Amino acid sequence: MTTTSTQRAAVDRLAPQRPTPRKKRNWSMAGRIVLLLIASVFILGPVLWTLSTSLRPPAESFQLPPSFLPLHPDFSSYDQVFKQLNIMLLVLNSALVTGLIAVGQMITAALAGYAFANLKFRGRGALFSVVLATMMVPAQVTIVPVFMLIRGIGLSDTLLALILPAIPTAFGTFLMRQYFLGLPADLAEAAAIDGASPWRTFRSVYAPLAMPGMAIVGILAFNYHWNEFFRPLILTISEQNFTLPLGLVSLQGNLGTGSISVVLAGVILSMIPALVVFMFGQRALRDGLTAGTGK
Amino acid sequence: MSTATTGMSTARRNKTGSKRRNGGATGSEKGKQRQRWLPWAFLAPTILGMGLFTLLPIVASVLLAFFRWDIISAPSFVGFDNFAEVVQDPTVRVSFVNTIMFVVVAVALQLGLALGLAIMVQEKLPAWLRVFFRSAFFFPLILSAASVSIFMRYLFNEQFGVVNWLLSLVGIPAVPWLTTPAGSAAVVILVYVWQNFGFSFLLFIGGLASIPTETYEAASIDGATGWRKHVHVTLPLLSPTTLVASVMAIINALQVFDQPYVLTRGGPGDATRTAVMVIFESAFQRLEFGQASAIGVILTLIIMAITAAQFRLSKRFVFYQ
Repeated sequence: MTTTSTQRAAVDRLAPQRPTPRKKRNWSMAGRIVLLLIASVFILGPVLWTLSTSLRPPAESFQLPPSFLPLHPDFSSYDQVFKQLNIMLLVLNSALVTGLIAVGQMITAALAGYAFANLKFRGRGALFSVVLATMMVPAQVTIVPVFMLIRGIGLSDTLLALILPAIPTAFGTFLMRQYFLGLPADLAEAAAIDGASPWRTFRSVYAPLAMPGMAIVGILAFNYHWNEFFRPLILTISEQNFTLPLGLVSLQGNLGTGSISVVLAGVILSMIPALVVFMFGQRALRDGLTAGTGK
Repeated sequence: MSTATTGMSTARRNKTGSKRRNGGATGSEKGKQRQRWLPWAFLAPTILGMGLFTLLPIVASVLLAFFRWDIISAPSFVGFDNFAEVVQDPTVRVSFVNTIMFVVVAVALQLGLALGLAIMVQEKLPAWLRVFFRSAFFFPLILSAASVSIFMRYLFNEQFGVVNWLLSLVGIPAVPWLTTPAGSAAVVILVYVWQNFGFSFLLFIGGLASIPTETYEAASIDGATGWRKHVHVTLPLLSPTTLVASVMAIINALQVFDQPYVLTRGGPGDATRTAVMVIFESAFQRLEFGQASAIGVILTLIIMAITAAQFRLSKRFVFYQ
């Protein structure tokens, strides 16, 4: 056993045209591909089923076996979503909340990250530790005081109640600090020699270079807050302030199981922006999600 | 990504090094550094925002745990009463037991699935297939847990759900998924793992990519093949990643809310009620803000204890290269 595999390693290098080891490897690769394909079917299947059911007439929602290929797509469910649910308002609310949080996080995190990376001040290390420590406490635990605070400053049941508390970001600050630390420090010295003020050094030299980092912060914020359910559930009361996930869950509750395809059409519509981000910003999203976990 | 982070920290080391080296030049910088307030102007939005919306609520949450307050009448100090009541409350107890069982099963499934698939994807594969599989496994992460739970509820429907239809093809009678305690717990776990294993998968992919190929070559010369190669080479070298992945998975799973809320509302009975659901219900349905805070404090302490314990264990069991 031991000798054959030792030989195999040697043979692979010397005579790759030898058939036996090759064949074996191809078989194991084929087996792996089959297993991975099965896993992909389990992952993508439910989403494809959702898409195909949303394209069937509401009366056929229950039909079994399910047809994964809607040969005669029927868009009446999508019409119904617009009629039964003020989906334009939900989209607008979600876009407003998500967009403002993303932009707010990009700006504040870039500023704070720059200060922690490139400016010297007393207590910098300690303050940064406090910022990092806040990431340990789950948001669900602080929601009660946040709710009361929002009520206290008269913002309850407004979109600002969702936006303002989400703008200061410990993770974004951490990410931007890392990014600025990766940029050469000589640039600041050069800018200072040219007579640029510290603000100008940030604004015209570092901020433009840090755009990719800010994009990661923005994309992460978008992905998280577009899909967010817990905070909107608590901080909004009237339907005119609902965001998409909240509106869809309440639609499912209102309709019962009668018109599955209508609810699913809403679900599919709500996925579109996330899908766009997935297609164009997948790399940034992956890098952002795993940032800080590498050593 | 892990390489990028390492790159960043190396750059940092260089930078501080060079700063120290030309320490004489900082004398001219001193003039500009006179604007002491400048860093604080950069920090103000984040620090003020965090103080108001994170630090203050943390302190308030701890204090509130010692008060009885229904928002309408004035709060009254009750000492440890909230904790005593919460610990004896059968619903709270059940929900904590549920949460811990959920964490154990879901995290084990999530990590096992992620590790297995990551190893399979990282081995020799045509490039386009590797890109496809990586994207496919990552995909559920971009969806909203609420939306996912909405369509999963239909898939697991007892009479007309696709899951039971598929099971019927292999002769398994209809499973009462969402109407029995065991069925509901299984659905919540499956839906949660379906959506979240991709995150651990990403971490494992990064960890595997950082294992040098020479290690495998050396192992195969020593006669290790197939799964033995993974048991003796991959697993030990991957243990730092496994630690990070499991800490993050456990912390996230402890806070599960969206899936059980949308799928089952905690039912049937209390079968799928979780710790965060109980916080939500006691605060915003029963207006017992003090008790809700007490439960929150307990949950936070559990999270901190688990994190600390895991890093302790890591010193003994994690193999750093």
